[in-house]
Amino acid sequence: MNNIINDMRDKARQLLAEGKVDVVIGYEKGSLPLKATPFFAHSPAEVDSLIWDETCENNLATYVAKTPGKKAIVAKGCDSRALAVLLQENQLVRDDLYIIGVSCAGVIDQRKIVAEVGEILEAGINDGKISVKGMAGDKEYLFAEVKDATCQTCRYPNPVLEDVHLGETIAVSQEAPAFADVIALEEKSAGERQDYFKEQMSKCIRCYACRNACPLCYCQECFVDCNSPRWLTGGVNRAENLFFQAGRVLHLAGRCVDCGACTRACPQGVDIRALNRKMTKDVYTMYNHEAGISEDGKPALNEYTTSDPEQFLVKE
Amino acid sequence: MKISKEKFGQAFDALVADYKVIAPVSDGSGIAFTEVKSFSDVKQDYLNSKLPPKAFFFPQHEKLMSYKKEGKDVTVKSELKVENTILFGIRPCDAKGMLLLDKVFKNDQYTDPYYYERREKAVIIGLGCTKIAPTCFCSSFEISPAGSEGSDLFLIDLGDSYEVEVVTEKGKALADRLALAELTADEQALVDKIKSAETPSKIDVSNTTSKLDKMFNSPYWDTLQEKCLGCNVCSFSCPTCHCFDISEEVCKNEGTRVRTWDACMAPLFTLHGSGHNPRDNKKARWRQRLMHKFNYFVHNNGSMSCVGCGRCIKSCPVNMDIRQVVDGANKAELVVE
Repeated sequence: MNNIINDMRDKARQLLAEGKVDVVIGYEKGSLPLKATPFFAHSPAEVDSLIWDETCENNLATYVAKTPGKKAIVAKGCDSRALAVLLQENQLVRDDLYIIGVSCAGVIDQRKIVAEVGEILEAGINDGKISVKGMAGDKEYLFAEVKDATCQTCRYPNPVLEDVHLGETIAVSQEAPAFADVIALEEKSAGERQDYFKEQMSKCIRCYACRNACPLCYCQECFVDCNSPRWLTGGVNRAENLFFQAGRVLHLAGRCVDCGACTRACPQGVDIRALNRKMTKDVYTMYNHEAGISEDGKPALNEYTTSDPEQFLVKE
Repeated sequence: MKISKEKFGQAFDALVADYKVIAPVSDGSGIAFTEVKSFSDVKQDYLNSKLPPKAFFFPQHEKLMSYKKEGKDVTVKSELKVENTILFGIRPCDAKGMLLLDKVFKNDQYTDPYYYERREKAVIIGLGCTKIAPTCFCSSFEISPAGSEGSDLFLIDLGDSYEVEVVTEKGKALADRLALAELTADEQALVDKIKSAETPSKIDVSNTTSKLDKMFNSPYWDTLQEKCLGCNVCSFSCPTCHCFDISEEVCKNEGTRVRTWDACMAPLFTLHGSGHNPRDNKKARWRQRLMHKFNYFVHNNGSMSCVGCGRCIKSCPVNMDIRQVVDGANKAELVVE
């Protein structure tokens, strides 16, 4: 990890000093234990704040199009996939982008830890072990025990797109995605699923942290903010919350890179990913498509072939 | 004075007959203020709720009135419904937050009937903090984690009993229904100890307002806002944020006028009908956020509109920490204009 951080700082310093980029977007240590925070280095003097570890949970691709000038970005597998989709959709200029790739074994799900030990007072990460001092007790975790759910099913820990790679790459299984979590939900009865989503949607406060954390939610005017026509009100109730969440998921069909940024951003612990994953599975099974796994290629719904399945229209 | 928790619970259960009682409840992913019917439903050991209790006076989405047109007749109906309410377990930061909202919704120029009627009919039972979260920094604003300011009746948890402080007349009316006993000397010593506690985390706001007076054009705002995602978490989780939007929800010949929480990071915030927005970028939004809380509100209402509850720090998806933001403003170099 330390070698990667040193290499990252050296690379960032070099890029800024040589004027190749105006800003390096990475992470620095956050104000809370086990929290990293996005960091924008504008000069070589600032690069020593850059860090890289299992707390770097944000998808930095969300900042790229909004940051003016030439930029370098620290990209995990999922960040790079989001960049690939953004490039496919003509949202970024490749020449303005320098991708510092890092392989990522996953990020920590803080909520699991807080649920057990209370608010975190102090924490340290050493050799794959996370020792935490919490308000309700101390505990040591193996990283695997507190790995974010998204990262547990991640098939692309290595960047799919990069200009330099720091550190070693991670061995990846070549098996097709299993979607065990989605299948478990699908196997529930319609009533059980309805109850589940009712409970989840009743928690949503429509703060739009999910939308804003998402690197691929970049509509200039989101349908929820459109007031002519007005698609939905500001009413915070299950029906309208579901309308928003379902609308967002459908807009991400064939585009979602399953980075989990939306779910991690949610202050209310809504299982947003359950919807996204179902849609990701459907796109995979129908079109054999995974979003953002290469720079060329098109999002699934931007392509049409006569052999596209139409089982929702006619019996096939 | 004090009351055993058992006796308090009995009195609490009796109050449910006369009041809508709101109290902290564990909802699986945290603490929420919710209507309860029995003291046994109340979560007693908690730091604070995920969301502030302001929504009971200032709902996130509120019908102000409804109207209907039939032929040439128009009927307009008020949608204001107010119940006698008790808010139990309000932390001192949130109780102070309500005092600050009072300044906005009832002042010498304006009284908001929707807010004010509810506020008038509500009794606040505060509960002092005996545990302090690392994100708590209320002591920065002369709020004590076990201070009774803003509560009508104020309790401190002593284990098997509550120390009870009557703060207002409304609180006294409730206290009359409680069988209060004297504190022992040991209990008094414990109360004094709890009351003297401060939050370990504090920010220096002694010169922040006057510093911000000179910072409208500071380059500080240029980089401050870079990592902000522009979501509404900080505003919605803030006990003092009070910006709102009024809109019409109309279907055919009837409709309602609704008031909805706005937020300084929301895309429609201060967007004019013309399409122009005087604050059309995150830099202007963040300047507005900090100025409103630590400068404009002070000039208009004599107090900062932050109570140090720490919710925005805990909930921010990118760990934007208001303590660091204020500290940064305190230290920012002034540009000569």
